[in-house]
Amino acid sequence: MIFLILRRLVQTALILFGVAAITFLLLYALPADPARMIAGRSATAQTVANIRHELGLDQPLLSQFWNYLVGLTEGNLGRSYAQKTDVGALIAARLPATLILMAAGIFVEVALGLILGVIAAVRRGGPVDRLVMMASFVGVSAPQFVAALLLLYVFAVTLAWFPMSGFGTFAHVVLPATTLGILGAGWYARMVRSAMIDVLNQDYVRTARAKGLSSVRIVFRHALPNALLPVIAMIGIDIGQFMSGVVVVEAVYGWPGIGQLAWQAIQQVDIPIIMGVTLVSALAIVIGNLVADLIAPLIDPRIRAR
Amino acid sequence: MFKRWLRHSTIAMALALTPLPAFAQDVIKQGGDVVITYKDDIATLDPAVGYDWVNWSMIKSLYSRLMDYTPGTPDLIPSLAESFTVSPDGLTYTFKLRKGVKFTNGRELVASDVKYSIERAIDPKTQGPGAGFFGAIKGFDAVSGGTSPTLEGIATPDDSTVVFTLSRPDATFLHVLAINFASVVPKEAVEAAAGDFGKKPVGSGTFVLKEWTVGQRLVFERNPDYFVKDMPHIDKFTVEVGQEPLVALLRLQKGEVDIAGDGVPPAKFLEIKNSPEGAEIIVDGAQLHTGYITLNTKVAPFDNVKVRQALNMAINKERITRILNGRATAANQPLPPLMPGYDKTFTGYAFDVEKAKALLAEAGFPDGFETVLYSTNTDPQPRIAQAIQQDLAAIGVKAEVRALAQANVIAAGGTEGEAPMIWSGGMAWIADFPDPSNFYGPILGCSGAVQGGWNWSWYCNKDLDARAIAADSMSDPAKAAERQAEWGKIFTDIMADAPWIPVTNERRVVAKSPRMGGDGDIYVDPTRVINYDAIFVKDE
Repeated sequence: MIFLILRRLVQTALILFGVAAITFLLLYALPADPARMIAGRSATAQTVANIRHELGLDQPLLSQFWNYLVGLTEGNLGRSYAQKTDVGALIAARLPATLILMAAGIFVEVALGLILGVIAAVRRGGPVDRLVMMASFVGVSAPQFVAALLLLYVFAVTLAWFPMSGFGTFAHVVLPATTLGILGAGWYARMVRSAMIDVLNQDYVRTARAKGLSSVRIVFRHALPNALLPVIAMIGIDIGQFMSGVVVVEAVYGWPGIGQLAWQAIQQVDIPIIMGVTLVSALAIVIGNLVADLIAPLIDPRIRAR
Repeated sequence: MFKRWLRHSTIAMALALTPLPAFAQDVIKQGGDVVITYKDDIATLDPAVGYDWVNWSMIKSLYSRLMDYTPGTPDLIPSLAESFTVSPDGLTYTFKLRKGVKFTNGRELVASDVKYSIERAIDPKTQGPGAGFFGAIKGFDAVSGGTSPTLEGIATPDDSTVVFTLSRPDATFLHVLAINFASVVPKEAVEAAAGDFGKKPVGSGTFVLKEWTVGQRLVFERNPDYFVKDMPHIDKFTVEVGQEPLVALLRLQKGEVDIAGDGVPPAKFLEIKNSPEGAEIIVDGAQLHTGYITLNTKVAPFDNVKVRQALNMAINKERITRILNGRATAANQPLPPLMPGYDKTFTGYAFDVEKAKALLAEAGFPDGFETVLYSTNTDPQPRIAQAIQQDLAAIGVKAEVRALAQANVIAAGGTEGEAPMIWSGGMAWIADFPDPSNFYGPILGCSGAVQGGWNWSWYCNKDLDARAIAADSMSDPAKAAERQAEWGKIFTDIMADAPWIPVTNERRVVAKSPRMGGDGDIYVDPTRVINYDAIFVKDE
């Protein structure tokens, strides 16, 4: 176990280095000049040159990258060009909101996916099954921007059950989390359904039935835990999916997370923020996968034995 | 008796001539909390750094400057200054400060604060975009070049006197002292903030920043010690950021939001306008804005003046104003109508496809040519670029539309020989201060025709440059009218060379709830966008 964690830590460092290098190079290739963007339209050439120099943008690419890496090892993500403040602090202020949204989104997708998947598996072939599968197909296919606006319009504007945007109370999280969750719920429902069907056909389930257990007990005590394994692995992968989803969802619902931060930074060519958010997201994905790998043996003794 | 008659008839005339503004019946009321939304974060509230149209108006209200403007107008008035004198040669400006003005940290504002603040705005370490505005002050180059921390041209003989010495006459100098970069800040607060002054602002303006929750809201409260009585009118305003314009508008209609700062998305405009309360929700106002197409004089065939003139006749500007939902008027010269010096009698190039074709043939392109038109990629700009593309096709010019992110268009414009044509929508020039010279140097003068500059026509006319410098040397207030006329002439003369196709003068749109009072000019103030000092809540 400890060996696994150590190996993963080394891998994580390598992945982050790779992400940093690629992002840095890509941002460098952009045909936009950050100094020019900060200076605005009225600035004289001297002002632009001063700003470029103060930001170290007049240094060669490699030494800029090296300085950035040195900063990283000290936990310093640099200063935002536009906001003139510490990127680490900006991300730290916004990360909790994104984490809350992701956790809520994962809860929605897993809960919804499990319930629908189990129902569909138990009622396999029937109209309920077909309805659920169709709904999951729509959920998977709907662009998040459209889903977000639809939910907003129906539940916040017309019915006024939830606030339209903002952050702070439980009511605020419902719509954004649902928007995020719907997409994944479709996948989960399909996955749980096929895993369940697989398990329900196993011999031990027939045995359980034969000894007269109630079908509720069979489904939830005997079949479902065995169908959960792929779901757990999927959550780890999902975190990456979510990181991209939050950009859209946060924008529509005015959710103060890092997705919004990234979106604004991209428009302003605020390279330190783009770098910072990319690295933090990469880290989140790596950690998510690691956690999924660590949890799997707790649920499935077969993996632990290996 | 005659005098009295004159006075009465003048008043009667004035009443007859000026239509009463629609909101004239609103009584200004003291008090009220107002909620304002924006899509983007507030970048910084540091007056030496902030330079976008969202933080511009907040910085205006957080700080004060020697000079300011009457709300809703482009008229200069003394603010921190009680009085000032200008020497006959236009090189020395002496200001007497108002007594008893306090920063919101409690300390009295003195002359040395003015000096410190301007030096700070120029200091390269500040990374301020507005340093160049102070170029006329003696010793500017030394501070801007980083060789001296103090500005030779500012003296403070006592705590209430500031004397500026200029190295050349600058007729715009009073305007320069009214822009945000000249805001007065207390040194101790800047130093205490340790590089984070933009998040912990201290000034002496109408409002104080009480709370800033990153990514969510900023709360501004009225400064009870502000030096002008009965200003501002509202007690408090909360800026909610991260709000999608469409959602902000829905919230406004439900009464949760008072001002949707990003205005009305083009797709939603007609629906809102035609709604029962549309007239009360939408306020628009003229701004110092001109939208234009640059014709790159360094790229063939735009190096040929006849081609540039021909294209000037080919654009159906009325159709473009319709794409903008009628929130614009067609332009024929670089200056917007609101700007002093605008020539009402100038007609420019009328829309005439046949004449354009004939001129193009005369220039040696009877069958037209192929070129590229750059535009930003947010609605409605690509649609306008397409309209321009169609207009050009009508005279045989095949233009490929390249719609890119704003930063990339700006970079292409500032690279020599790169962008043949740029539609300026979404990046168009809006004056920093209401003086015609501000429409020249960076966008039409030789100094802007450099790598990374904003003169995207790469137009450089040495004669006009000399005339511009001469005009800006006329700093004697008695010559103001003469100077204005000369500036007007410079801009209409430019049109003979046709480096631009002036297209529209856009009005800015802000959406406000019916409970907000005051006319459109204080929601779209020509010098500060939303004038937080002047807006008020009506009696409900």
